[in-house]
Amino acid sequence: MNVLSVRDLSIDYLTSHGPVHAVRDVSFDIAAGETVAIIGESGSGKTTVAISLVRLSPRSARITNGEILYTNAGTTIDVRSLDEEELRRYRWNDCAMVFQAALSAFNPVITIWEQFLDTGRAHGMRDRHTVRERAGELLDLVHLDPRRVLASYPHELSGGMRQRVLIAMSLLLQPQVIILDEPTTALDILTQRSIIDLLRTLREKLGFAMIFISHDLSIAAELADRMITMYAGTVVERAPVRDLFYRPRHPYSVGLLRAVPRVSGALGAVSSIPGQPPDLRRLRPGCTYQPRCPFAVNECGDREPDLVPVDTPAHDARCIRWEAVAKSVGDTSVDTGTAVGG
Amino acid sequence: MSALLELDRVSRSFAVPAGRITAVDGVSLVLERGESVCLVGESGCGKTTTGRLLAGLLRPTSGAVRFEGQDVWGSSGAGLALFRRSVQLVHQDPYASLNPTRTVFQTLSAPLLRHHKAKRGRDVVSKATTLLERVGLTPADDFLAKYPHQLSGGQRQRVAIARALSVEPRVIVADEAVSMVDVSIRITLLDLLLALGTEFGVTIVLITHDLAVARYFGRAGRVGVMYLGRMVEMGRTETLVGDPAHPYSAALIAAIPEADPTITRGKERVALRSAEVPSLLNLPPGCTFHPRCPLAEPGLCDTAIPALLPLPTATGLGSRDVACHVAQRERRPAAELLGVG
Repeated sequence: MNVLSVRDLSIDYLTSHGPVHAVRDVSFDIAAGETVAIIGESGSGKTTVAISLVRLSPRSARITNGEILYTNAGTTIDVRSLDEEELRRYRWNDCAMVFQAALSAFNPVITIWEQFLDTGRAHGMRDRHTVRERAGELLDLVHLDPRRVLASYPHELSGGMRQRVLIAMSLLLQPQVIILDEPTTALDILTQRSIIDLLRTLREKLGFAMIFISHDLSIAAELADRMITMYAGTVVERAPVRDLFYRPRHPYSVGLLRAVPRVSGALGAVSSIPGQPPDLRRLRPGCTYQPRCPFAVNECGDREPDLVPVDTPAHDARCIRWEAVAKSVGDTSVDTGTAVGG
Repeated sequence: MSALLELDRVSRSFAVPAGRITAVDGVSLVLERGESVCLVGESGCGKTTTGRLLAGLLRPTSGAVRFEGQDVWGSSGAGLALFRRSVQLVHQDPYASLNPTRTVFQTLSAPLLRHHKAKRGRDVVSKATTLLERVGLTPADDFLAKYPHQLSGGQRQRVAIARALSVEPRVIVADEAVSMVDVSIRITLLDLLLALGTEFGVTIVLITHDLAVARYFGRAGRVGVMYLGRMVEMGRTETLVGDPAHPYSAALIAAIPEADPTITRGKERVALRSAEVPSLLNLPPGCTFHPRCPLAEPGLCDTAIPALLPLPTATGLGSRDVACHVAQRERRPAAELLGVG
């Protein structure tokens, strides 16, 4: 059963130089309890999609097309049609967003307890004892000492502790879906590891669905059930996690996997992707990845390819050359047991 | 022949509102001509301060910095100026380190003229062009008149490297030079830095928190791991990454998430005794890693500071130095003692 279904979503940013087509015709589903990673570089549209799911997009953003369908207890709503009051409820009770653990994610002048209390009260938890009890449970769950942390101000906590607090707070109203934006990017390795392990345990205990947005493939390798690769504002590949790592069929996914050096195993053939992403104000006809693509042929310039099923029905790629990619990449898990590039 | 650049038991402390912290504590490091060395560690380990000490931007509180055998802080001001020009720092954030109101040409021509590396007019244009070609920004004419905001992050970082090269340095210290650019282009920037070493004999010190980057960059060189101001391990990159000798290096390597679902989900972990990083204001006695270390022994690790010494092995001296009482006594790397090797 899907909790979220994004259908043909397109989003423009209005700028003084004309509209930037940041997101184009994006569709995907998130099943209950599932973890999906959206990967891509800056400018790929991944963050724009994520924040639109909770309608926190900046004023300059315009959804020009599409639906964001949310289903709870058999009822489906379009998130785009919610009024302010409904949206406020939806944001924490149904779908919560966890931002990067920057200080700016907090109100700097009130304690963590007051942040919990404000959030709880704004969502109908009238009794402060209920909020206190729930905050205590959640902080225990994220391995923080509630008594110490609740009395602290945001700046008194380390980056890793702040990220834990944000995760705990996002769970206050028991949402079905949690969206995490680069949850480990600014953190040290050992802290990253503890946040990843924590998310895995919480997901098992509480059964929420997770969408996380990252440029870091390793976090996706750790936690995702399925992956979505975005490039130049659109989905170029959707696949179960192992298919994407071992049998990628879009040349951009292949390029991203080869761009990341490994710590374990053979160093492998690592290389950057040549060129740069296209200007989203002036997209040329044809595949947006064509100018950087080692598999490109003349036909790639004719029209933007459709997202078509490749090896299995659960695996789609937006590439007319996917069979050539398959032939060149093959299945790296069979002979080497390691991902492409490894 | 003396080493190109050397830190000899260098320490640097800073006054902070709550007291005094020692950001770098007795670090020794010898850099040879044309070699590539990585310094890795988590925030607060002192790697950036070490980079600034190497670049002559900070004066050590104690210990000596020697450039071609000369103590740079003991000599006259002239020696210091030459040293500072010979060691260039490339910052993490090219948005912040390039002047937004200057074109690429202005950014490159200023140091070329100031240090008499070029004459005004056609000569400086041609030298700026050569620098851009050297960092792969071609055709250079397309870039000379551009402002930083007209360039991508990777291009800006290339301009920053070109500017560092303008004074013909012997050493480049690159502090997190690729962490702010997109993953898809990091490798070409690392390759560019490596090529400066192999083609022009420039020594490159890359400071990074990313061990995968360090492994790639330092594959023909050495890597040093820092923890709370001290160098805890230093060795050939492949040896250190494949078989870490210090328990902290072993814990880091075991904790790194990898871009491969099967490998990363099956990795052996090192369970630390504590997740808490001690404060630099109140460092534990002895080995500063002992409160977290699974190998720590009371009466040994919490009393004496371990020295960074070559690790003896069955076949003699190993190819790396490690500051760990237990690994030294057992003559085995920590990865083996912890069962994660």
